[in-house]
Amino acid sequence: MTPDAIAVATVSHAYARPDEGVVKTLNAVSLGVRKGELLCLIGPSGCGKSTLLNIIGGLVAPTAGEVRVNGHPVHGPAPREIAYVFQENTLFPWNTIVDNIMVGLEFQGVPATERRERAMDAIEAVGLTDFANNYPHQLSGGMKQRASLARALSLRTDILLMDEPFAALDEQTRTYLGEELSVLLATTNKTIVFVTHSLSEAVFLADRVVVMTARPAEIKATIEVKAAHPREPSFTTSSAFSDLRNELYALLRGEIEKTVGGFVGKAAARDRERRAVAGQPDSVIGSAR
Amino acid sequence: MKTAKFDWQARAIQAAFVIMVIALWYYVGRNGLVSPIFLPKLPNVLEKFLGIVQSSAFYGNLGVTLFELVVAVAIASTCGLTIGYLVGRSRYAVVVFEPLLASVFAVPLVVFLPLFILFFGIGIESKIAFGAAYAFFPIALNTIGGISQVDPRFVTVARSMGASERQMFRRVLLPAALPVIVTGLRIGCTIGFLAILGSEMIAGLRGLGSRIVYLAEGMNTAEMFAYIVFVIILALILNVTLSQMQRRFGERRGAA
Repeated sequence: MTPDAIAVATVSHAYARPDEGVVKTLNAVSLGVRKGELLCLIGPSGCGKSTLLNIIGGLVAPTAGEVRVNGHPVHGPAPREIAYVFQENTLFPWNTIVDNIMVGLEFQGVPATERRERAMDAIEAVGLTDFANNYPHQLSGGMKQRASLARALSLRTDILLMDEPFAALDEQTRTYLGEELSVLLATTNKTIVFVTHSLSEAVFLADRVVVMTARPAEIKATIEVKAAHPREPSFTTSSAFSDLRNELYALLRGEIEKTVGGFVGKAAARDRERRAVAGQPDSVIGSAR
Repeated sequence: MKTAKFDWQARAIQAAFVIMVIALWYYVGRNGLVSPIFLPKLPNVLEKFLGIVQSSAFYGNLGVTLFELVVAVAIASTCGLTIGYLVGRSRYAVVVFEPLLASVFAVPLVVFLPLFILFFGIGIESKIAFGAAYAFFPIALNTIGGISQVDPRFVTVARSMGASERQMFRRVLLPAALPVIVTGLRIGCTIGFLAILGSEMIAGLRGLGSRIVYLAEGMNTAEMFAYIVFVIILALILNVTLSQMQRRFGERRGAA
């Protein structure tokens, strides 16, 4: 068996906040990402999925535990091995699309003579050749995220970390870009960790979906999605797809309730308490005073 | 395009306003509504204007004022950009120094003009120092603001791609902060010019400001107005040039 491309070993993370004291975000998370697979992290919002991704990428240091990428420990960004696609538009507004990608290559240490060609190749791969010399503000939200993807692809890393890359887009655009991504990634053989809060996106793209609990996050379950890449749009209407989606939601529901407070359950409990104090039986509800 | 039409309309209204002021001036002078000692007649001022533009004394005074301005702005920019960058990079330094600089800037520095003259003499040195002192603050404050308010996402994304300290400065911090810094430079130039003219008028031997006061004291209002018209034209050129520069940075990124 080949060793995992990314090995997360009992990683914990916590940070101090003046008003709440110490906030624990990750609790001894262990996780292996196989070479060439697309792994989705899904969980209630604010649970620490993005923190875990940033720890893998070396942008955030764990409080305990260790992450290994291709066998060696991560201490800080590894731009030759890991590329990022962030949630919101992070293209530099003062550079054109092609310049944005060339700046990334400059940061990575690619010789000046190769930058333009590599940038144009990546732009072509995402179908933005006609917009290479436009500024980001001249592009739609979907195009901007495609340009961000091109920037990450141009770095030619084995590993791609994607932090809710389509979250800021409308649903149709997001679905379409997901389909495109599936086709594009089927040919690149990259190892990808993809954070999302969309159940459909997770099932459509992932080889495995890791479900995380509410804060402090632990791994609740891992679900395999056995369908070949690239996935056809028709996959989303299959019964296998909706079964997996429902299974995911069932796993997540309790965690989401913990996060948002579950007002339905809580309100009922509060009502019961109040009536108990007042000495009224439950059955009084709805009866005339 | 709608914006182009609005633009054209706005320009027309602005031009009409200027023409109206000039017409009013001409009308008042022609009908003798105000004594020419207070407001000289427009044709007289124009005549004087053409006269002074041809005189060598005028170019001497213009040269002095422009030289003072250029040197003052150069000093203020060098100090302001350097200090602004050094402070703006550290959040702690911003918390300590930004309010300090802002409160010194709020003090009417003109009360210190006698001190500047005491230290630097009555010549151009005191005007340069005073102009530089005034121009320094908006440049430094805007540089601090620009550098410290760079979107942290840009810094994170650059770091993830392996940017070095130098690359971070040249490719991320500087371009991100540039529009705010350019605004600071524009304000610095404008109030530096004001400070230099003012200090020349209060205590100066040469320069456009001292010339205006000299003419006023000699009741030579027509020639004084000719100088004032020239200073207004100079200020307009300065402002338009700097605004144009600022707009160029704004247009490219679709903001501003």
